[in-house]
Amino acid sequence: MSIDPASAVSRVLAQTTLPSDTFVTLSPHWGWLIVLYFFLGGISGGAAFLAAMLHLFGRAEDRSMVRLGYLVAFVALLPCAPLLIVDLNRPERFWHMIWQSDSGGPMFKWWSPMSLGVWIITLFAGILLLALIGSWAGRVGLPNRLSSLADGTLGKVVAAATGLLGLFLAGYTGTLLTATNRPLWADTPLLGLLFLLSGISAAAAALLLLGWRRTHPASLSWLGQIDSYAMGLELAVLVVMVVTLGAVATAVLGNGWGVALLVGTVLLGTLVPLAAHFRPRLLGAATIPVAAVLGLAGSFVLRSVIVLASEAV
Amino acid sequence: MAQQTDIFPPPGEAMEPPGAFEAQPMGFYTDTTVCIGCKACEVACKNWNGLSARDGGAQPMSGDSYDNTRTLDGEHWRHVKFIEQFSEDRSQGRWLMMSDVCKHCVQAGCLEVCPTNAIIRTEFDTVVIQADVCNGCRDCIAACPFGVIEVNPVNNTAMKCTLCYDRMQNGLVPACAQACPTASIQFGPIAELRELGAARVEQLNTQSRDAGRPEDAYLYGADDSIVGGLNSFYLLIDEPEVYGLPRAPKLPSSQLPATTALTAAGAAGLGLLGLLGFRKRRMDDFAAEARADAAGAGTAPESVRLAPGETVVVEPERGPKGGVGGEY
Repeated sequence: MSIDPASAVSRVLAQTTLPSDTFVTLSPHWGWLIVLYFFLGGISGGAAFLAAMLHLFGRAEDRSMVRLGYLVAFVALLPCAPLLIVDLNRPERFWHMIWQSDSGGPMFKWWSPMSLGVWIITLFAGILLLALIGSWAGRVGLPNRLSSLADGTLGKVVAAATGLLGLFLAGYTGTLLTATNRPLWADTPLLGLLFLLSGISAAAAALLLLGWRRTHPASLSWLGQIDSYAMGLELAVLVVMVVTLGAVATAVLGNGWGVALLVGTVLLGTLVPLAAHFRPRLLGAATIPVAAVLGLAGSFVLRSVIVLASEAV
Repeated sequence: MAQQTDIFPPPGEAMEPPGAFEAQPMGFYTDTTVCIGCKACEVACKNWNGLSARDGGAQPMSGDSYDNTRTLDGEHWRHVKFIEQFSEDRSQGRWLMMSDVCKHCVQAGCLEVCPTNAIIRTEFDTVVIQADVCNGCRDCIAACPFGVIEVNPVNNTAMKCTLCYDRMQNGLVPACAQACPTASIQFGPIAELRELGAARVEQLNTQSRDAGRPEDAYLYGADDSIVGGLNSFYLLIDEPEVYGLPRAPKLPSSQLPATTALTAAGAAGLGLLGLLGFRKRRMDDFAAEARADAAGAGTAPESVRLAPGETVVVEPERGPKGGVGGEY
């Protein structure tokens, strides 16, 4: 039978219009373990990038920050693999992502961000360890001769590889979400860039917090600048993303998650730290550490909202 | 041969193993206009594949029409959707019913992202998850544009319709198609199914045209416009969204070039800003040295800018230009 266009049936049908095709899909149940991994991975990759920049283009006065940067990157990376493994439904088969369990041979698909990410994390862990050992040689019981890992051409190669892989780690997590068919994640191409900027900003905040009064002011000053740039760009990308998402943003973020994003990431996690960079006495003598803590919290809230708001659809 | 139903030999003749179907694209053509919502397909699927009941059989009523299955998932590889299109006083309206299943996409998003190669394409062009390889990362669940895959709580791996790969390898029609009492679900070589579907669309639209009704029948996924074509395609009489189907599903990788380029550009931009920061620092130092030289105090302390509006005086500590390698 035909349906009268003016009937209630037509009104019911009109309600079936979806903000995006992604709204018919199922959630992968990526929860807090993944959020925490994205957060720590961002800090690790960002810290490695910043330390490598200071290593390659900085001066002797930046050495203490380079050491701190590699150390923060390494410590933040340590829980990442366990988090990912525990999150698997069959954790004992984690190695299936590295070695093909049925046919043998390395398991690698460059076009799958998850497969690529597994290898990047593995390579990054190895090269970061070299950079860390090289930078800390002669200290904490490490022999002086290991400083060759941070010296000369070898040192430059190690630092450059660490920085590049760190950038990849910080950014690929957003790309991993985009390479799905889920609401919000697959509705914008900006998540990789957003997570990269947020990761670098969070890493700079962590280094400012831990290096405050311990490292050279020139290093802190450079980090403060990078942090400001990263936060400013992050804010701009976030605004562009929400605006271009349109109805998807309304459907996914028009709720408590959106409020959390606005208050936790935009206001407290970005605007206040940005203001603190331009007015170093804004929050008294502890402006730098307070701004750094807020920046870190903002980065965590960003990842929580992006992951969990879509999961809730 | 669109559907093989006559698998038993005549009385008195020995039963021969049917053997596997010929390796060619095989699949389902589902004519939703003849589905009566009996759920025989759901039952047959669960029976043949030994699938457990949700929550150990304690699932509550959904309150959504006659649909307590509610969704495809790791335990429900067939799901009959009940779509009630009625006016508020129910004086006019219609039922739409559709037996949903994995589409066995020619370009399969799940297969594309699977980081363990647990998901394979078979000789019948169908898409199968190998439960003994899957490690439950759940990337395929997020990647599927149709919301088909879920984790099976019994073996904790991602599962979905296999198009009865085991039956096909033995020349048997998939259980759901075998059980369907109205031939809403038809099984066979894709090329033949497309011809069947096209003929049925023409038949329905001719009837509509003759009755002065809109010609609303069409095939969803029979051509390559939807992720390269669906090896389980549908005859629909309303918009895809009404059936819970995406209008223009995409591969997970569809945005990879754009997102990769944007991320790389951001990384390069931030790296450049970092280099400019080093350059500014050098310029500030040169300026400070020049001022000190002019004042006749070449060994004056170096002034370092901490942040706008704040300066800290530190002792000079200079390394070789262009890096700190060799200084550790």
